[in-house]
Amino acid sequence: MIGLEHYLTVAAVLFVIGIFGLFLNRKNVIILLMSIELMLLAVNINLVAFSAHLGDLVGQVFTLFVLTVAAAEAAIGLAILVCFFRNRGTIAVEDINVMKG
Amino acid sequence: MIQADLNVILPEIVLSVYAMLALLAAVYTAKDELAGLLTWITAGVFAALAFYIATSGGTTVTAFGGMFIDDGFARFAKVMILLSAAAVLAMSQGYLAARGLLKFEYPLLIALATVGMMMMVSAGDLMALYMGLELQSLALYVVAALRRDSVKSTEAGLKYFVLGALSSGLLLYGASLVYGFAGTTQFAGVILAASGETSLGLLFGLVFLISGLAFKVSAVPFHMWTPDVYEGSPTPVTAFFATAPKVAAMALFARVLHDAFGGVTGDWQQIIALLSVLSMFLGAVAAIGQTNIKRLMAYSSIAHMGYALMGLASGTVFGVQAMLLYMAIYVTMNVGTFAFIMSMSKDGAPVVSIDSLHLYSRREPGKALAMLFLLFSLAGVPPFLGFFGKLYVLRAAVEGDLVWLAVAGVIASVIGAFYYLRIVFYMYFGQETDEALDRGGSPILYGFLMASAAVMLIGVVNFFGIETVAEAAAATLVN
Repeated sequence: MIGLEHYLTVAAVLFVIGIFGLFLNRKNVIILLMSIELMLLAVNINLVAFSAHLGDLVGQVFTLFVLTVAAAEAAIGLAILVCFFRNRGTIAVEDINVMKG
Repeated sequence: MIQADLNVILPEIVLSVYAMLALLAAVYTAKDELAGLLTWITAGVFAALAFYIATSGGTTVTAFGGMFIDDGFARFAKVMILLSAAAVLAMSQGYLAARGLLKFEYPLLIALATVGMMMMVSAGDLMALYMGLELQSLALYVVAALRRDSVKSTEAGLKYFVLGALSSGLLLYGASLVYGFAGTTQFAGVILAASGETSLGLLFGLVFLISGLAFKVSAVPFHMWTPDVYEGSPTPVTAFFATAPKVAAMALFARVLHDAFGGVTGDWQQIIALLSVLSMFLGAVAAIGQTNIKRLMAYSSIAHMGYALMGLASGTVFGVQAMLLYMAIYVTMNVGTFAFIMSMSKDGAPVVSIDSLHLYSRREPGKALAMLFLLFSLAGVPPFLGFFGKLYVLRAAVEGDLVWLAVAGVIASVIGAFYYLRIVFYMYFGQETDEALDRGGSPILYGFLMASAAVMLIGVVNFFGIETVAEAAAATLVN
């Protein structure tokens, strides 16, 4: 029987993979965007699982909002990335280093 | 019913409809030639809405089944947000126009970000919180990359986007846990679930929520985006980042902690105190080596957020009042300081190096004196308003039994005074430099600089009466 814990575990694993993708990835900014998407989708699994468990629709409504915002976020991220590529000629993560912080 | 709800969110509706109509008008007519006009109209709309919000309403009203809260606290924060956004827009018009950066999207994105901030401070539900936060953030990512042909500006936009999206992810994960373990997304329901013995899941959710919000207020250890974004963005955009979004994020922080987790003060107090002490020290120490005044202001804002968090950490009504007062003073100081930074130019090109300020007082005694007032106030030197802001949060910390935090705050303030006073030293006793800045400059920037410096001195008398307003506002939040 697959219960709430299983869904939460999958979501937590996906979320952590997303965070590690952001911090350990040294190659390509596109992978950063994919990691961000992975984190948001992990949250969606969480929300839907809770929603089904509680018998409450609010979680699924929340999921729809998150999906919409994630799409807008990806669009803006890609737009900024295109501008960056035009100026810098590369999208390697190690080349985002004009300013040292 | 819906009519009453719509009445409550009237300012938000007006602002978003204005932004969309102006966008259509600009696209279908003269495009960037309208930009200057739109900037002024937007600033006017902000000021008018601030006036409307300040004078209307008195009681706490909720709309849309508790999703949207219009109380004294929200109104105080909204007035601060709108006025500082209007001030930044008024200052940025000349600067951007002179550098060919004045695009019609700029005032409209600022307007949309402001709608998001107004949603944030009024959020009564995790969904409303998330939508407001994202509306603000998405608009800000774009304005950070406003100078599309500059590597620095697009890099700032990219860094802000990646780290901002990470923080939204953390915040959302926290929101999902809170929803699951409290069974509701409404703050009014969460506070019932989060009282007495709280479940571990709810605490995990709270920690994730706090880390997501700490990103937005740029509290250490979630501050790493701040210096780069401040340095890379065009200066008016930096000025905006340093003012309105900080107020909104801090108000949202207070809203979540008190409205949703007010029953478990003991659980979050230590986390906030830790964020506060780390921010104050890192802001004070890391700014010492900076030569770029925008980076310096970034570390300065990190330190100031630490002080504002100190007020929140006390977990009392007085703490929230101290935080509100501190933010009001902080915003006023930053508007003046950035008016000065925007006026720093040599042969028409912007200058951000601190070395260019050597012996500035000999060329522009008036502006140098105003800057001296502001820097003393930022450092928290007694006769100025900044000192009283610090005094308030320190008192709040002591009354909240966080004496160690207050002591740490004083030590960090002494360390931090060094880099502010170093600029004053350069201006008055520096050495001859060939990088000397141009004289004169825009009368608008001059006006904002002088007004802000005057407030630092005159405000000491009675804080212009905002003390009692802030007290009433804080009382509506904490129950």
